[in-house]
Amino acid sequence: MGSVGAKEVPVLLSPEGLRIDGRRLDELRPIKIEAGPLHQADGSAFVEWGANKVMAAVYGPREVHPRHLQQNNKAVIQCKYNMAAFSVDERKRPGLDRRSQEISKVIAEAFESVVFAEEFPRTSIDVYIEVLQANAGTRCAGLVAASVALADAGIPMVDLLPAVAVGKVAGRIALDLKKEEDNFGEADLPMALVPQSGRLVLLQMEGHMTPEELSQSLDLGVRGCRDIYEKMKAALRARYSAPSSGGAA
Amino acid sequence: MSEGVATEILTTHILDLAADGKRLDGRGPDEYRPVSVEPGFVVTADGSALARLGDTAVLAGIKLEPGKPFPDTPNAGVLTTNAELIPLSSPVFEPGPPQPGAIEVSRVVDRAIRAAETIDLTRLVVTPGEKTWVCYVDMHVLDHGGNLIDAASLAALTALTHATVPAKRFEVGESDYPLDVQHFPVECTYVRLGDTIVVDPTFDEEGAAQGRLTVATDETGRVVAMQKGLVGAFSPDDVKEVVRRSFAHGDRLRAIARGSPA
Amino acid sequence: MLVLPGEEIAGAGLKPGPGTYRVGGKVYASVLGLLSSRPPLVRVVPLSGRYIPKEGDVVVGTVADVQGTFWLLDIGAPRWAPLHMTGTPWEVEVGETEKYLRVGDAVVVQVESLDATGRIGVTMQGERLGKLEGGTIVRIAAARVGRLVGRNGSMIEMIVRRTGANVSVGQNGRVWVGGSPSAIQRVVHVLRMIDEEGMRPGLTDRVASYLSASGPSDDRGPAEAPRESAGRDAPDPPWAGDDGPQPEREPN
Repeated sequence: MGSVGAKEVPVLLSPEGLRIDGRRLDELRPIKIEAGPLHQADGSAFVEWGANKVMAAVYGPREVHPRHLQQNNKAVIQCKYNMAAFSVDERKRPGLDRRSQEISKVIAEAFESVVFAEEFPRTSIDVYIEVLQANAGTRCAGLVAASVALADAGIPMVDLLPAVAVGKVAGRIALDLKKEEDNFGEADLPMALVPQSGRLVLLQMEGHMTPEELSQSLDLGVRGCRDIYEKMKAALRARYSAPSSGGAA
Repeated sequence: MSEGVATEILTTHILDLAADGKRLDGRGPDEYRPVSVEPGFVVTADGSALARLGDTAVLAGIKLEPGKPFPDTPNAGVLTTNAELIPLSSPVFEPGPPQPGAIEVSRVVDRAIRAAETIDLTRLVVTPGEKTWVCYVDMHVLDHGGNLIDAASLAALTALTHATVPAKRFEVGESDYPLDVQHFPVECTYVRLGDTIVVDPTFDEEGAAQGRLTVATDETGRVVAMQKGLVGAFSPDDVKEVVRRSFAHGDRLRAIARGSPA
Repeated sequence: MLVLPGEEIAGAGLKPGPGTYRVGGKVYASVLGLLSSRPPLVRVVPLSGRYIPKEGDVVVGTVADVQGTFWLLDIGAPRWAPLHMTGTPWEVEVGETEKYLRVGDAVVVQVESLDATGRIGVTMQGERLGKLEGGTIVRIAAARVGRLVGRNGSMIEMIVRRTGANVSVGQNGRVWVGGSPSAIQRVVHVLRMIDEEGMRPGLTDRVASYLSASGPSDDRGPAEAPRESAGRDAPDPPWAGDDGPQPEREPN
């Protein structure tokens, strides 16, 4: 994602080790998650993550369209990640592009790794992710929103899927880059974690890292995922606050 | 959570209620659902608004980019509207190329914006015949609870009203400036349920409707666009009545779009 | 207690039931729901999601498609449920299915069989089963049906008694309501309350006060039964208070 008229690299890291928005290297941007904002979907979630705004909806399990995708022993998980035309600085032409299709595929496969799809043979679980406002890290924000939406839709799964990207800022490993950092980034490493097993079900990487940096990045990313996991759970608890656990009315 | 199958007895019930001037959700025939707008919802857009009519939510985003005028209108800027009925918003929408429904929503909204001369297109021109601003109005349906046209129109007008021309970013001018909006068209949609005509139909009411009629009015008292849709018919007297009622609703919706208290 | 997918639940020794899974001797929740521990079984009762059919459930469905020998019903489940022409009270000839039920018609059927491929077999032969006429249909979350019925049918009984409406609750969250327009209107309002607020405490009181405020209590009993479907005037459905979990208990 190149920026218009970018001329020189701004100071991305202060002498005190703070980033352009005042964060430390291991600090996430503010995250706000709302479970169930939509009325038509079986499950939904809205995520505001830094300057990202992402809506996700889940329909299903339901009859498979097109029918030839039907699998006899389990549900198919179909994911559509899409960016609104106005979600980026330069208007994005509506419709499918290769980047969106690749992201849709790896997100669908991440969910296939945790959803108990064999409980719903010959059905489809459709996951829709709409990026309304983008500021680096939209695939992770979309994955987090979709995961909360899947739980909201009552889909059985091993665990929620927190996700975050690790990158490099001024040569240092940093958690959760925002756009200004990403534009001059030397590496991007998005990942999604299954907290229950400690394993990664989405992992991509682009850029330059030494094996040591990669190892450090994975550790940092996993810690970030665990923080995001708590926010995801809090959002679902807020929507389904149980009468018995709340105590007072 | 329908899969697009309208239940016959629900349709019959809606029609029975309408015969007594009643509606499923307790509204009167000439009453809108709660209306709200949230301008500036998307900061990556040059103007934006999330509009809600009850359970229906439509997000509109404006993008302005320098481009070339059309050869036959060298002194006019370019306005493009596009609606996306994304499958996130309803179980009845499938992924794929734009469906006729989406195209109708964008064209009906486009017609009102254009005919009302909401934006003076000549003022978008930078160099006649060579360079002009291209104004994109993209409407994203997020939650389809019925009456997409009014929600999209309200979102689009609110977004335009709050839009900024990014002159500095594209090095066309010294600084950004507000988009000049000179008229304020809004659409009001009615459906016929038997002999009763109701405003702002829900998804279920649209399923039961025997015809839909949309009237766009502006603040100067003009009717600027109309669209009859769905299967069904309206008498000329019906149309006159709908036009009359559209002005009263239009004034209230305009006030909401412009951010002044209704 | 509310649990979320991936959360470890219960101690060792308990048997993992529906809505849970076991890895390495530990039991975890697989769905969002309420923990229900009845040793030796632990399970999670979902609070959301589509209707998951169980054998014997009575459900309200809509005809989604008509074939030569069967109809496909949308019962809000993951899959459409075929109703075969021999599973009806009628003598249906091959190719004449459309004479009896058309797309959009509403029916009450019973889940008869479920197989490993997810196929849902339903029948219309039995008491209280048949085509629905008149009234209206409201959809609530399938997970809220226990709340609507109430303990031993207390909630649904109150609604019927106080409105005089005729109510038939499908286990799938589709509810048929008949009676006078004003009675239907009040029941529809109550169903919306239960759907939206069913997870919060004090629901019974709020429903009761709405019913008091919205009109006189009508103790005439249910209005006329819908045509073509026998015996729907029994206000106490047989599934009220059955083994269906009702974890959303509240003090009263």
